[in-house]
Amino acid sequence: MSTLEPGTDLPPQEYVVTRADLVAYAAASGDDNPIHQDEEIARAVGLPGVIAHGMYTLALAARAVQEWAGGPGRVEQVGAKFTKPVVVPAGDEGTTVRVAGTVKSVADGRATLALTVTCGEDKVLGMPTAVLRV
Amino acid sequence: MVDQSLVGRTFPPSETYVVTRERVAAFAAATGTPWDEADPAPATFPIVVAFAAMRGLMDDPSVGIELRRVVHGEQRFAYERPVVVGDELTATLTVDTVRSLGGADVIGTTSAVTDADGALVCSAKATLVHSAGEGA
Repeated sequence: MSTLEPGTDLPPQEYVVTRADLVAYAAASGDDNPIHQDEEIARAVGLPGVIAHGMYTLALAARAVQEWAGGPGRVEQVGAKFTKPVVVPAGDEGTTVRVAGTVKSVADGRATLALTVTCGEDKVLGMPTAVLRV
Repeated sequence: MVDQSLVGRTFPPSETYVVTRERVAAFAAATGTPWDEADPAPATFPIVVAFAAMRGLMDDPSVGIELRRVVHGEQRFAYERPVVVGDELTATLTVDTVRSLGGADVIGTTSAVTDADGALVCSAKATLVHSAGEGA
């Protein structure tokens, strides 16, 4: 991370998300809202299908940041708005979330990253940001 | 409608959450985050504690929030230090703002996640969007 400079594009990360991942995440996080697991319930509340927890997508963004940081424990801030749902179809293929990042600024041993988190053509997180110790 | 008097109210701390190897491993596996036993927990792991504090807010009958009408609008974490196995964490939620927006209440909250010594581990800001009920 010591070579990070403002304007640096970080290598985009792509992560496959399946319904099995969401079931595992529900158990691990305690967020067992059925819209993240059950197609019928998701459609009944007007969603296009089972959607990932917003926090699941944010966890993937943090996973990319950890990858770029070269290891865990260096994140000082991470956050986003949950602007569009990530629809996860049944089956092993799931869907793919892509996390791209650019170094916005480096100062006082900290790098501020601007992230772009997409699923297909949709930006699924609004104003996703992260600050790292470098 | 959620009452403006909610602003500034701090709710009782969540139950103590013990960060075990198994719990971190399960969270890391579910999110595909590379993790070794000696590592700190993945960055968004404190949501498990913050979420319990949010449930406390939503389950309080005096607040008037129905869980099924709540959407998680925004989440931001600021860390004092990473979470590690062995931590005993509690989250204490304060309501910062209540705004009305297009028939929904937008509730801004901050949960202070603290360790067994009472030291701040991270601050978790969440925005909860509560859509108006129609008597259903």
